[in-house]
Amino acid sequence: MSVTENIPTRQIDRSQMKVSDEIAIEITGMNKWFGTFHVLRDINLTVQRGERIVVCGPSGSGKSTLIRCINRLEEHQKGTIMVDGTELSSDLKNIDKIRSEVGMCFQHFNLFPHLTILENCTLAPIWVRKTPKKEAEETAMKFLEKVKIPEQANKYPGQLSGGQQQRVAIARSLCMKPRIMLFDEPTSALDPEMIKEVLDTMIELAEEGMTMICVTHEMGFAQAVANRVIFMDQGQIVEQNEPKEFFNNPKSERTKLFLSQILGH
Amino acid sequence: MSDTDSEVISFFVREKMLEEQEPPLTERGAVKWLRENLFSSWLNGLLTIVSLYVIWYILSGIVPWLWSPTWSLGSLSECREVLTGLGETTHQACWGVIRDRWQQLLFGFYPSDAYWRPTLALVILLAGLAPVLFGSIPRWFLLFSAATPFVLFLLLWGGPIWTPLLVGVGLVLGVVAFRYLVGVNQIVAVLAAIIVPVLFWLFLVEPIAFELTYTAPIGLEFIPSKDFGGFMLSVVIGVAAIILSLPLGIMLALGRASDLFIVTKLSVIFIEIIRGVPLIVWLFTASLLLNYFLPPGTSFDLTLRVIIMVTLFSAAYIAEVVRGGLAAVPKGQYEGADSLGLSYWQSMQLIVLPQALKISIPGIVNTFIGLFKDTTLVVFIGLLDPLGLTSAIRASTDWNGIYWELYVFIGVLFFIACYGMGRYSLWLETKLQRENR
Ligand SMILES: Nc1ncnc2c1ncn2[C@@H]1O[C@H](COP(=O)(O)OP(=O)(O)OP(=O)(O)O)[C@@H](O)[C@H]1O
Ligand SMILES: [Mg+2]
Repeated sequence: MSVTENIPTRQIDRSQMKVSDEIAIEITGMNKWFGTFHVLRDINLTVQRGERIVVCGPSGSGKSTLIRCINRLEEHQKGTIMVDGTELSSDLKNIDKIRSEVGMCFQHFNLFPHLTILENCTLAPIWVRKTPKKEAEETAMKFLEKVKIPEQANKYPGQLSGGQQQRVAIARSLCMKPRIMLFDEPTSALDPEMIKEVLDTMIELAEEGMTMICVTHEMGFAQAVANRVIFMDQGQIVEQNEPKEFFNNPKSERTKLFLSQILGH
Repeated sequence: MSDTDSEVISFFVREKMLEEQEPPLTERGAVKWLRENLFSSWLNGLLTIVSLYVIWYILSGIVPWLWSPTWSLGSLSECREVLTGLGETTHQACWGVIRDRWQQLLFGFYPSDAYWRPTLALVILLAGLAPVLFGSIPRWFLLFSAATPFVLFLLLWGGPIWTPLLVGVGLVLGVVAFRYLVGVNQIVAVLAAIIVPVLFWLFLVEPIAFELTYTAPIGLEFIPSKDFGGFMLSVVIGVAAIILSLPLGIMLALGRASDLFIVTKLSVIFIEIIRGVPLIVWLFTASLLLNYFLPPGTSFDLTLRVIIMVTLFSAAYIAEVVRGGLAAVPKGQYEGADSLGLSYWQSMQLIVLPQALKISIPGIVNTFIGLFKDTTLVVFIGLLDPLGLTSAIRASTDWNGIYWELYVFIGVLFFIACYGMGRYSLWLETKLQRENR
């Protein structure tokens, strides 16, 4: 894989990509253990509203675990995580509030196979936000158009290609009007020709000013839209920098090694 | 040599097109089918012949026994006389007993002028189940489904109309309390939804029903459970237990899979104890032991006790079947639901259970078929299920010594019911398969 691969062909519109002073996510001194295994060690990370952060690192370094902690799919044991000013604790009210504010896309899409695409998209707005069905459907169609598959609305997920499914998953999250989007390797289960269509959708989101944290190894994407790249190893943040500096001038030995492996230098 | 060869191959023009021809005789119709399915090899052919012989042997024993012109006869001795007179052996059925006693086999000692009540109940039951089973009927019809249990109770047991009506009102009160309080606090709402109807049932139903009966004595003649019998008793116990055990079994399965330590352990203990002891023991418990625990003087209907026991028993099995289904739902589905902010109950109801139950359909229906047949065990605690009635029929002088005819009749009834359930399960599976792909 090279840096130039999957870089969007068109010019990226940066007019909306503004980082504001407002803090979207603030993680301080966060630690997590799986049993006795110390997966995340003293994580400190502040994300401003409008930031687009790419997280990379070798397999097993805790990238997934980190972003899954942000919407409480995993529970952290030490430190604090604040999302939009609400602290993640075992208070169920806070967890539900944060989850409906934070959208998440998974490596394996996790669409609901027994519901149509449209039902997948309207389920949470109807049941969690109590949106009237008709309004929810209109919103869903709007987002399905945005990810360019409105004609698939009445099919079931099993009838769609991987790339289409991932775009539906993105639309499904967007239907909840989240203020933050988390992506956990959204393209790594896809064939090369489908990767681009999903990345294009993500780039469009970035252009609209969405706050995003993406775990991905698509370095082209990172260079094009990220304003910060975070490198993790052994459960720790080893290096973070703006993309140009990060790729051209990595500081730590681990980062250099990782980049040389992944970029095939 | 090679020169001529290449010439022949490279130079070919068809001048006359070939007509379509029939395949050779051995590749057509019955002959082909026979050859492929029955005689594809020597061993296969041999097996076919042996099997045909066995089938013929069995049928040659059964068919003459079944084919017996004894429908109109009134007693076993009459049958023997007629059959001997016809020069036939006495190894033939005496169908007169079915004509004479079919009502008893179906309804037990239920008063004959009230046979319309269980019959109507069955029709209403099927009509009420249809929207639930086939899911293609408008939603408002489900309200009708919800009302059926009360109508059925009234039809079967009779008594004043007010008691089942008030029990239904209790449920409505529970729903109203839940709706009203759910905005305030979920846990309070759930508690209220349980406590309000229970209090209503315990303290208000009886006096109100008494007053209403006094002022407006509307209702049907009361028929005690001890008069219930025959196939009707099996259906009453079976259907009630099936309908009650499905939600209970699902709750137990969810309990067993839950993160809450106490809930998990209680579910496991309940399931293992109920499952680990034979049903017949639980039935004896229902009939004998419960009397010790109940306050003296209360006579808690034996049929109801049996229904409760059979329900608990089958719920334990359903719970295990559903647990298998829950385990087969990928973890990603739970995470997908969580990440959208769905609550536990929402994600169970909307995401996990629809998928888990779909996987569990064959196992669930299998359990129900077993349960339905096990209702015949109640004969051992003195209830007159169809098998119990066979001895009652034999006790009369007319039919002393008759066995097989009755068992065949009962067997056919059970077969129809169980086969129907099996077909339904297959239909539902293919339907759901079709919908999701
Ligand atoms: N539920 C779990 N229980 C125990 N250990 C776990 C669990 N989930 C993850 N781990 C371990 O935690 C470590 C970090 O896992 P994580 O999935 O966060 O890595 P990752 O950086 O996302 O890797 P990859 O690039 O392969 O997705 C791994 O060593 C993994 O084995
Ligand atoms: Mg991962």
